[in-house]
Amino acid sequence: MGATMIEKIISNNVGKEAKAGDIVTVSVDRVMIHDIFIPFVAEKFEEMGFTELWDPDKVVLIYDHLIPASQVDDTRHFNAGNAFAQKYGMKHVHRSDGICHQLMTEAGYVKPGNIVFGTDSHTTTYGCVGAFSSGIGYTEMASILGTGTMWVKVPETIKVSIHGRLPENVMSKDIILKLIGDLGADGATYQALEFCGDTVEQMSVASRMTMANMAIEAGAKCALFMPDEKTAEYCEMTLTDKERSLRADEDAAYVRKITYQAEELVPVLACPSQVDNIKPVKELAKTEIDQVFIGSCTNGRLEDLMAAAEVLKGKKVAPFVKLIVTPASRSIYRQAAANGTLAILAEAGAMITHPGCGLCCGRAGGILTDGERVVATNNRNFLGRMGTSKVEIFLASPKTAAACAVAGKITEA
Amino acid sequence: MGKIFQFHSDVDTDQIIASQYLLFPTIEEMKEHTFESLDKQFAAGVQKGDFVVAAENFGCGSSREQAPAVLKALGVEAVIAKSFARIFYRNAINIGLPVIVCKDLYDNVKTGDEMELFLTDGKAVCNGKTFVCTKLPAYMQGILDQGGLIPSLNKE
Repeated sequence: MGATMIEKIISNNVGKEAKAGDIVTVSVDRVMIHDIFIPFVAEKFEEMGFTELWDPDKVVLIYDHLIPASQVDDTRHFNAGNAFAQKYGMKHVHRSDGICHQLMTEAGYVKPGNIVFGTDSHTTTYGCVGAFSSGIGYTEMASILGTGTMWVKVPETIKVSIHGRLPENVMSKDIILKLIGDLGADGATYQALEFCGDTVEQMSVASRMTMANMAIEAGAKCALFMPDEKTAEYCEMTLTDKERSLRADEDAAYVRKITYQAEELVPVLACPSQVDNIKPVKELAKTEIDQVFIGSCTNGRLEDLMAAAEVLKGKKVAPFVKLIVTPASRSIYRQAAANGTLAILAEAGAMITHPGCGLCCGRAGGILTDGERVVATNNRNFLGRMGTSKVEIFLASPKTAAACAVAGKITEA
Repeated sequence: MGKIFQFHSDVDTDQIIASQYLLFPTIEEMKEHTFESLDKQFAAGVQKGDFVVAAENFGCGSSREQAPAVLKALGVEAVIAKSFARIFYRNAINIGLPVIVCKDLYDNVKTGDEMELFLTDGKAVCNGKTFVCTKLPAYMQGILDQGGLIPSLNKE
């Protein structure tokens, strides 16, 4: 019997064959902690009696949920983070460079085949470069900081194959939303998602990121894309034979196989207030909206902003609709400024904010109130996520979101 | 004996403890807002030894460990659901909050029912009926028995 991608990654890490269902202790290649949880991680770390980090080079601290501070209390998190970083000699601290999940791959902290944990559920994102990455709580993070190890159960895998060419108005976001709708919000719990097929091979790493990011919304432990030439270029590296060999074997065992034909896919929305409540955009056409948000670790990359700009070029955002655009990192912000994308968006009437989590986690930058509707490119439409619990959140691709901003209503791009 | 508080499927971590309260300095301050969007009376009404009973996928969403932590701080004895989201499940064990999978309980009880839980036997008794629960894998039961990950690591 052959091995799945996750079985290969974990086997390489532990130095012996690991099969789905095995409980093994892995050596962690990198960890990410963000500003919301650093005070709790620091407290637990010392409560556990540790006096030094297992490897300061492998620990990354990123301020993103609370920057720039919108309330006085937020600063407590930066102070706690700074004190912890200084006390234990942390080398990698990002204080305003962008959203954690964007930075982890963009800044080169994650490579194919790595095992990475983060104090955020969307840590699944790094599967876009073929890394096993997953979210954990702060107690477990504190334990890794002291030991460099973590126990994991090797997950079973759902294989998702996508073939063919996507229609013009369909993006990778539509594929992952469709998949979450088909699987259900707990359809992949404890399992890995492995994406393959020529549609995926043709996709940019940025598009793959969107899909890996949302794997958790189906309950998945991780999502994996086979590292290829696009990955190598993105990671600015040459793939080794070991990294090339991470491809799942033909005779690997899967718990389930799902296949999509790209030409048959349509633009979709996740409707209030469950991520698996998926409907074609057409079914909700003409529903009036109050705000559009384009950004987040799901869809705040250069290609997302450019896709939105293509739709918005020469047009104006509908009266009464607020369009908020948040690039996922400073690097993306600069690239989008340099190539004219931000100018197009601003001309159309967008408010362009600093890179960060802001609105997506309901902290700052566009909070909504009872009865308002927002079309957003982020990853969660839970009750109360972007304001009061009576805000209706529709999740969509950047193209759909941009088209909705112009129309003032739900519409296809 | 404890009282049951029943919740539906796909209760996410924002519903257990909303994002805006994660900035409170302590779990003690946060716990007053537990389940606020679903049941405003919960935090005031729940007593030590009570149970949370839910349907599928309890605790889906974010990795916030404050979700199991506020339940434990309020004295919730255990969460019993048809199924749990992965990160919540792991976090709960790590802080010493029993999380128990029981397929039949939810459909046979309601909020306010009195229940008794026999954790080591893997069963719950409510309304004169006995419900069989799934036992934890030995590794996780070990962590739970020692009161969570910190006591367990300290012992190692």
